[in-house]
Amino acid sequence: MATPEVHHLFHNPIADHSFSSDRKILAVARENNVELYHKAGTKFSLTDELKGHEKTVTSVDIAPKSGRIVTCSQDRNAYVWEQTPSGWKPTLVLLRINRAATFVRWSPSEQKFAVGSGARVIAVCYFEEENDWWISKHLKKPIRSTITTLAWHPNSVLLAAGSTDSHARVFSSFIKGVDSRPEPSPWGERLPFNTICGEFLNDSAGWIHGVSFSPSGDALAFTGHDSSVTVVYPSAPEQPPRAMLNISTRLLPFNSLIWNGENEIIAAGHDCEPYRLRGDERGWQLEGSIEGKTGSGAGSVREESALNMFRQMDLKGQTQANTQLKTVHQNTISTIRVYEDANGAVRKLSSSGVDGRVVIWTI
Amino acid sequence: MSQSLRPYLQCVRSSLTAALAISNFASQTSERHNVPEIEAASSPELLLNPLTVSRNENEKVLIEPSVNSVRVSIRIKQADEIEHILVHKLTRFLTQRAESFFILRRKPVKGYDISFLITNFHTEAMLKNKLVDFVISFMEDVDKEISEMKLFLNARARFVAESFLTPAISAGTDQILC
Repeated sequence: MATPEVHHLFHNPIADHSFSSDRKILAVARENNVELYHKAGTKFSLTDELKGHEKTVTSVDIAPKSGRIVTCSQDRNAYVWEQTPSGWKPTLVLLRINRAATFVRWSPSEQKFAVGSGARVIAVCYFEEENDWWISKHLKKPIRSTITTLAWHPNSVLLAAGSTDSHARVFSSFIKGVDSRPEPSPWGERLPFNTICGEFLNDSAGWIHGVSFSPSGDALAFTGHDSSVTVVYPSAPEQPPRAMLNISTRLLPFNSLIWNGENEIIAAGHDCEPYRLRGDERGWQLEGSIEGKTGSGAGSVREESALNMFRQMDLKGQTQANTQLKTVHQNTISTIRVYEDANGAVRKLSSSGVDGRVVIWTI
Repeated sequence: MSQSLRPYLQCVRSSLTAALAISNFASQTSERHNVPEIEAASSPELLLNPLTVSRNENEKVLIEPSVNSVRVSIRIKQADEIEHILVHKLTRFLTQRAESFFILRRKPVKGYDISFLITNFHTEAMLKNKLVDFVISFMEDVDKEISEMKLFLNARARFVAESFLTPAISAGTDQILC
């Protein structure tokens, strides 16, 4: 396995990151701003800062085709940024929420995006031509707590959401005039706005941290705070699911997960490294870490200056401070995303974490 | 390290590592606020069950996890009156300097001697495994410290008593020695 590409950008937590479709631009959320990095050779260098939010930016997403960037923050706002000759221009989105916005993702059609919030609503936003602004419709019922994560179905109508009320739900976010009628699927046939196509409780009622639809959209996976991953296969509308499999692990909770084909899931979180899970409808199991921990982080034995050595001996009674974890990430991984895929299989994935690193892994 | 201390500290370590799986979480009850949920306790679904690890009735640790913060309270062993006073003095000294001691809580939880409040901002700024190490080594050291201070206090008391009593008894001892 190739060694992962590590980009240590700064010493602040990265809440979320997103690559443009040509992988030249990297957007990362850093405190109250979003920073844009351009690829120069093998490195990323800072080129732009998107300033406008007043509180911590919680999520950022670049639309693959149009290149628009959507950001949301704990100051209750979301902006859509468009590139103009004079720089990036923000447009405020009318979210109509009164608590922090926690998560944002473009739909695959790029006509809409969904913003999760602490106000127990999901704002599904779309562009209104006549007034020239982004407006939103709210998915309200039956959410009882903060939305922590969202994921779009490939048909751009179904939306999965995970929440701190321990439920992962699948909603319809069909908006007349924006969406075309979706093909019937195991999740439902007629899908007016705010139809609940599925509601799944985590086995030990832990908070949901990450959700994801399989590439076909016919299976849903979510991670809970009880360190488990649950995979749901729906059968037919209004019917209980065909299979609901819970894979509990002895690791720390996962924060984020992606599918690699229909039979593999990659999840990462508080254990600072991505793990692979394999299986199908009959059963899933944990395969192990993606990371081959031979290099033991960045430089196993670092050169220490004599001064540093004596200081260590004086203060702590040890010659070397082993503060380095063996993993590439030195703190919790907050987001993983597909970086490069070829006919349905993920070839590379990117992860970002609290340690200020963005890492590109080759599978 | 005594035989029963090791499993006790090991248990605290693994419980604390698991409890420290916290993330940035804005308040869902008050607008534009981001507060430690374990202190605010405004939404019951954001708090996890508190956990007590106890070695005996005098030595225990209470871990109260929530979505973005963990409160760790320690009850330090106090076998007698002297230890009780020493623990009180030591914790008072520390809590008065809580400002420069980032994770220390100004007031301990009822029934405990000292409390730490670890939020997601601490785990972001510091290494999580080192935070856990710190709490564990604090627990190890504080016992050592208290018993050392007690020994020192006893030695001092003996010395003081001796030097006070020397003039009174010296006449008597002189005669015995002769």
